[in-house]
Amino acid sequence: MANLASNFLGIKSPNPFWLASAPPTDKEYNVERAFQAGWGGVVWKTLGEAGPPVVNVNGPRYGAIWGADRRLLGLNNIELITDRDLEINLQEIKAIKKRWPDRAVIVSLMVPCEEEPWKKILKRVEETEADGVELNFGCPHGMSERGMGAAVGQVPDYIEMVARWCKQHTRMPVIVKLTPNITDVRYPARAAKAGGADAVSLINTVSSITSVNLDSFSPEPSIDGKGSHGGYCGPAVKPIALNMVAEIARDAETAGMPISGIGGITTWRDAAEFMALGCGNVQVCTAAMTYGFKIVEEMIEGLSNWMDDKGHADLDAIIGRAVPNVTDWQYLNLNYVTKAKIDQDACIQCGRCHIACEDTSHQAITNMVDGLRKFEVIDAECVGCNLCVNVCPVENCITMEQISGTDPRTGKSAELPYSNWTEHPNNPSATKTAAE
Amino acid sequence: MAKAKSRDIRQGRLDPAQYLENFSDLHAPLGQHEATVEADRCYFCYDAPCMNACPTAIDIPLFIRQISTGNPKGAAQTILDQNIMGGMCARVCPTETLCEEVCVREVAEGKPVRIGLLQRFATDTLLAANPAHPFKRAPATGKRVAVIGAGPAGLSCAHRLAMHGHEVTIYEARAKSGGLNEHGIAAYKSTDDFAAREVAFILDIGGITIAQGQALGKDISIDQLSSEFDAVFVGMGLPGVHALGLQGDHADGCIDAVEYIETLRQSDDKSNLPVGRNVVVIGGGMTAIDVATQVKLLGAENVTICYRRGPEQMNASDYEQEVAQTHGVAIRHWLQPRKILTDANAVTGIELEYTAQNGTLTGTGEALTLAADQIFKAIGQSFDAGPLEGTGIDLDQGRIIVDENQKTSRDGVWAGGDCISGDEDLTVVAVEHGKLAAEDIHKTLMG
Ligand SMILES: Cc1cc2nc3c(=O)[nH]c(=O)nc-3n(C[C@H](O)[C@H](O)[C@H](O)COP(=O)(O)OP(=O)(O)OC[C@H]3O[C@@H](n4cnc5c(N)ncnc54)[C@H](O)[C@@H]3O)c2cc1C
Ligand SMILES: Cc1cc2nc3c(=O)[nH]c(=O)nc-3n(C[C@H](O)[C@H](O)[C@H](O)COP(=O)(O)O)c2cc1C
Ligand code: SF4
Repeated sequence: MANLASNFLGIKSPNPFWLASAPPTDKEYNVERAFQAGWGGVVWKTLGEAGPPVVNVNGPRYGAIWGADRRLLGLNNIELITDRDLEINLQEIKAIKKRWPDRAVIVSLMVPCEEEPWKKILKRVEETEADGVELNFGCPHGMSERGMGAAVGQVPDYIEMVARWCKQHTRMPVIVKLTPNITDVRYPARAAKAGGADAVSLINTVSSITSVNLDSFSPEPSIDGKGSHGGYCGPAVKPIALNMVAEIARDAETAGMPISGIGGITTWRDAAEFMALGCGNVQVCTAAMTYGFKIVEEMIEGLSNWMDDKGHADLDAIIGRAVPNVTDWQYLNLNYVTKAKIDQDACIQCGRCHIACEDTSHQAITNMVDGLRKFEVIDAECVGCNLCVNVCPVENCITMEQISGTDPRTGKSAELPYSNWTEHPNNPSATKTAAE
Repeated sequence: MAKAKSRDIRQGRLDPAQYLENFSDLHAPLGQHEATVEADRCYFCYDAPCMNACPTAIDIPLFIRQISTGNPKGAAQTILDQNIMGGMCARVCPTETLCEEVCVREVAEGKPVRIGLLQRFATDTLLAANPAHPFKRAPATGKRVAVIGAGPAGLSCAHRLAMHGHEVTIYEARAKSGGLNEHGIAAYKSTDDFAAREVAFILDIGGITIAQGQALGKDISIDQLSSEFDAVFVGMGLPGVHALGLQGDHADGCIDAVEYIETLRQSDDKSNLPVGRNVVVIGGGMTAIDVATQVKLLGAENVTICYRRGPEQMNASDYEQEVAQTHGVAIRHWLQPRKILTDANAVTGIELEYTAQNGTLTGTGEALTLAADQIFKAIGQSFDAGPLEGTGIDLDQGRIIVDENQKTSRDGVWAGGDCISGDEDLTVVAVEHGKLAAEDIHKTLMG
């Protein structure tokens, strides 16, 4: 059995699956159930400063995008930070940590961008004996209008400043949670590092409008006929999150800084992919909100089985393994030639590959051979783009195969050694002409 | 032969509530969610095989996509553009041998997209909304066309002609329109008076008059119509039935299946229908399956279909056979009727002979006797050529010959549906014939 025990910034948990700061972690009741179900840790729903708590809307706070069979693919919310009293939250955190000493309990925080409020709240959190804090610089709605959340996360200088205050005023590990609503995620990550943060976690939600009601012309979710942008999460945001994680993992300035991966993680596979791109652990929100806490069983089992199958003994054996393989486009091998290949036995003759390639790409798939309905790749036209593979409803029916000999499309050898754009003759700033 | 026990034929074998349940929809219609889920299964194939398999060439991928985008009325329009009886066809088409047979998901996983049920969802949604008739008539052409028979072929032809601006008079022998949709299709396929509602919907386009109770050969003739109208379409179906050709054919309890079904379809209270305890059905087509299943649903205890060839040769599809079997009907093959057993000119049983296929179908000499209170004859219908004698309309094996535009050998006369030779006897095929004929009539009259 692979060892799933996780050690993130010295914070130990029996597995790398934490619940992200959100409704599933807003109350003792929920967190108790989460730990019973097997979650390795939680990041408590974001706390604000003492005093009257924030209020939420009383109308709907979620919008959604669905796939076939109404499978939830993307969720959008306009919820704020916790709307429960600070004291009650702190008492509950303390009680939970006491009952579940082997699980990670992190407290998410968001207070005004001044030193004193941060200092104050950190002391209060320390009293709960929680394992660490996460600074919520990501929330894109509501709180950002008040100069908090994403409003801080979008200004690297503020991130650095607040991170520095927090490191000064607490012994606890400090995680900075990043917003994806920026142009280049490396800048906020570098700022977090410069401020002394121990780790970054990402992504928080993506600013979004999920849909517009075509009767009332109000964005959804609609509150009395009006809507406001919300934060998007769930499976739909995973590719965005993966890229941002990879950018930070391979950036010279931040390489090696621990990352907690968040964004659309729904299965053990998603988790393994985030970890392969450099995450020390992962956090989950939408998947739990869609299916309940039980999904962690599949995550634990699945990750463990895969690791056993592949002979990975522990998490260190997989963390960051894909990072060296993420590169810039200019270094991709231009001499790697593939062609689509259709397995005629698996083909169900829907013809989608044909029409996709015919209408929108390279006219490289037949629809008729010798008067019969048949879909075959014309190697002399195929540029190897992979579109047909992606539109084919049958898995593995169309595959991309590397060819040998001559590429019938270009008439050039398909067996030339590695060569990239930096060396290509068409590149005005090529360092040298490609060997030919 | 031992004297038969007293015959057991009764009405009201079941609880009143049971009749309603037994004759409700064979397949419950899809709800909104089911329809969305099912529509999601369609791959939107290129040059879709289903579309090519539909005799009326409905753009199936398009209408299913319209359902999945929450536009069922647009879907219905797509269907009705090609097939004005899309609603009935959704209920009665043997989709397992048409569109769904070639669905790529049938090929891939043995579970086709349920096209028929989706088609019903779309057309039902449109009809339930009670919209203005979805087709507009072209400006009046001043041309008049006579249509014989208000079945699927005749109604389809009339609707398309009306759309093109012609005036249509339909001559229908029966008191009610709809043809076999109204009088023949199994009751559990066309519930809630759907056939009549669909006829009303079709006529809503305007420009179509139906002369009810007017039979060709009795009240009117081809010559007369040819002189009064600019064109004539014959869609009179197959009014005749084949006889067994055995002694006892006319005994009490030896019943023509089509006639019995017609009575069944027209009776509001199914408990009034007399049903035997032991029933034998002779035949292997849709009619045999339908009469057997419905008699079973009326409370018969033992219902046996006897067919003289094997399962592969049956005209009823595997699926239809399965429907009968799951309702408790026994299907026996390689048996042909030899003698109807009677007592005081009332049926008591039937003697059958085993058959074998040795080049031709021959009896083996070996016999089997089945007790029967009722015997249903479902060995096919025939065309009644009487009214066409001397009209110059050529027949082939007792049915009208037409060209690819449904034109008969007589100028100005077109024909379609069951009464023509060389095509399948299906509602959807009849609708297509009517449509093709209307287009050709329009071209001829306006050309
Ligand atoms: C029991 C049974 C079950 C069937 N089940 C199915 C099924 O499930 N699915 C399917 O696709 N098909 C089924 N069919 C076949 C289908 O009903 C026919 O193919 C279809 O109705 C043919 O349409 P039509 O317009 O040619 O003829 P019909 O529907 O027979 O209509 C002909 C019309 O012409 C009228 N008429 C006849 N003679 C004259 C005359 N001399 N003058 C004026 N009017 C006249 C008739 O009264 C009738 O209204 C079934 C048939 C039967 C008998
Ligand atoms: C209803 C809702 C409320 C959330 N509230 C918070 C919050 O208070 N603090 C925070 O840091 N993130 C919050 N998030 C963001 C999640 O923690 C997480 O970063 C995001 O949902 C992406 O992960 P996922 O795709 O697994 O859901 C919230 C998300 C949702 C859906
Ligand atoms: S890989 Fe691209 S170019 Fe080649 S056949 Fe497929 S869709 Fe066409």
